[in-house]
Amino acid sequence: MDKKRREFLKIAGISTLAGLGGTAVIDRLATGASPARARAAYEINSLSPAGQPKEKGPAKAAAKTSQRLGLVIDMRKFNANPGLAEKCIKTCDFLHNIPHFNNKKDEVKWVWLTGYENAFQEHSHYYRNETLEKNQVLLLCNQCDDPPCVRACPTKATFKAKNGIVAQDYHRCIGCRFCMAACPYGSRSFNWRDPRGGLDMKHINPEYPTRMRGVVEKCTMCVERVGIGKLPACVEATGDTKAMIFGDLNDANSEIRKFLKENYTIQRKPSLGTHPSVFYIV
Amino acid sequence: MFEKALKGNNYYWIWLAFLGTFMAIGAFCYVRQYHYGLGLTGMSRDVSWGIYIAQFTYLVGVAAGGVMLVLPFYIHDYKVFGKITILGEFLAIAALLMCLTFIMVDLGQPLRVMNVILHPTPHSMLFWDMCVLNGYLFLNILCGWVILTAERKQVAPPKWIYPFVYLSIPFAISIHTVTAMLYCGLPGRHFWLSAIIAPRFLASAFAAGPALVVMAALVMKRVANFDPGKKAIDKVVTIIIYATLVNAFFVLLEFFVAFYSNIPGEKHALEYLYFGLVEHGHMYNNLVPFSWAFVVFCIVGVTLLSLPYTRHKNEFWLGAGCFSIFIALWFDKGVDFVLGGFVPSPLGAVVQYYPTLNEIMITIGVWSMGFFILTVLYKIALGVEREIEA
Ligand code: SF4
Ligand code: SF4
Ligand code: SF4
Repeated sequence: MDKKRREFLKIAGISTLAGLGGTAVIDRLATGASPARARAAYEINSLSPAGQPKEKGPAKAAAKTSQRLGLVIDMRKFNANPGLAEKCIKTCDFLHNIPHFNNKKDEVKWVWLTGYENAFQEHSHYYRNETLEKNQVLLLCNQCDDPPCVRACPTKATFKAKNGIVAQDYHRCIGCRFCMAACPYGSRSFNWRDPRGGLDMKHINPEYPTRMRGVVEKCTMCVERVGIGKLPACVEATGDTKAMIFGDLNDANSEIRKFLKENYTIQRKPSLGTHPSVFYIV
Repeated sequence: MFEKALKGNNYYWIWLAFLGTFMAIGAFCYVRQYHYGLGLTGMSRDVSWGIYIAQFTYLVGVAAGGVMLVLPFYIHDYKVFGKITILGEFLAIAALLMCLTFIMVDLGQPLRVMNVILHPTPHSMLFWDMCVLNGYLFLNILCGWVILTAERKQVAPPKWIYPFVYLSIPFAISIHTVTAMLYCGLPGRHFWLSAIIAPRFLASAFAAGPALVVMAALVMKRVANFDPGKKAIDKVVTIIIYATLVNAFFVLLEFFVAFYSNIPGEKHALEYLYFGLVEHGHMYNNLVPFSWAFVVFCIVGVTLLSLPYTRHKNEFWLGAGCFSIFIALWFDKGVDFVLGGFVPSPLGAVVQYYPTLNEIMITIGVWSMGFFILTVLYKIALGVEREIEA
């Protein structure tokens, strides 16, 4: 964890510089681009490949990382395997000690199912086909490449790790909930009360910390597992159905990039410029 | 100079005891919240900020509004404001202390608040807000105190204070601009994502702050024989009217953009606030009364302040006009603005927020604390005034 923290601080340092207006310089240093190329950096979104931001706006909170871990969620496979999505949710809930309270107000969730019209508000909802009408979509944090939550956080308690994952430091979070207002996907939950009250303390996962009240949490793409070479737990739970494909979006030869090349996928609210790292086939 | 706050008539002490009672109740409720967590409030995953942050936003405006009394005197050498600039500065101190307290009671982990300073994060607007709020608080305490001390000794204020006085003017603008930036830079929150949020905040601030000062001045005239001068009050009222109208103009512009463009996301929050939003056959409209109260009180307030009879002849109506404006803008900014921004949620759900009793008592407690501080500060200012006259 310590080492990770240091790496993170390095990124944070660079991003601080970037915030102070050094973006163009850093980008040029990093990419070795000529001034002409750097100026063209303000090309509009649609000219760059989907989800892979080429343009650089000012005041980026999170520096670009060498790795960018992402997911493809293939709802066709989930629809063909009833109960699979629930299995993923259960796995995550147990592994990360997600509390359950019997009221909506205190709700904490990392991964859940919701209607297509709620998940993809920017897409047309008129005369939907039966599949979309009938089935729900699996939602989790998008691990945005330009995460507004990281931009908003006043303590860097939510930060972008070197592998592109937007992680969370429960011990630094002051509970201001600015990140919740900033996340345009509703991915974040706050511990309105002691989460241990919503857990069966005899059946918790001792390997993952339970949180304290007053801090924010969300899906971290299993940063603790991915760091030691394991798959995210929900991906593992899908077995060989290929309902979820995990990999490095920056690696042109990865399975996920090949899949994206061969299939039409969509992202949630791409027009906001957050560059989600989670792709969907609905 | 504090000894001036320790001498007062019965009304003074009864008023302070009254406020003190609510402060104590608020403190008790806060202890409860501290031990249980923010689950004791009405906030939820979908409406993650409630009346605490709404009060904070409104009071930043009240604090910034004080500058309308400071600026004419120091920049335009408008002597008529001589007696009330100190009221503006002291108002800013009380309002800022309320703001900071509202932030504190809203934090999930208040003991970690120093993390904002230990891990400074320039790309977070909250970091900058902390800087400007504390900066403005410091400037007002410094300027208010130094100038009052000089007044007491009946000498001109020392020269070195003037740069700080001038600096406090852009700072007043900046506290409300940066507070607007907390909201207007968030992607996906259509209601907040508007470039006129900052000017709109400033307009309502320049009405709400001075309105409170006029009310306070009228009360002090009755109970303490303090006369700020008819001309000064009249000028402040003119400022209040214009600022209220500019704010109304900005609100109408928001309506035009939303409804003429016909973009659903732009319209939703306004529909929810003013007409109610229907989702799955259920009508959600718990904020509609507040929104229309804002409209009605604005009209009533501006009318009372504009008609020659109510403005000049009768101080009761003048006070009522200022109160209408103050409360109207509270409905707009202390209730609607923050809560409306969360509807609908990023997932298209309409979740209504109702503050709990505990939350309301904490809120009243913090307001009482603010008025307590304001009363004590104004008492000191009056005491000095008296001393000079004697
Ligand atoms: S989905 Fe929300 S919480 Fe996740 S990285 Fe993006 S902005 Fe942050
Ligand atoms: S709640 Fe925690 S993670 Fe979210 S912005 Fe505040 S300090 Fe950062
Ligand atoms: S990636 Fe990990 S943390 Fe995220 S939903 Fe899946 S199991 Fe949960």
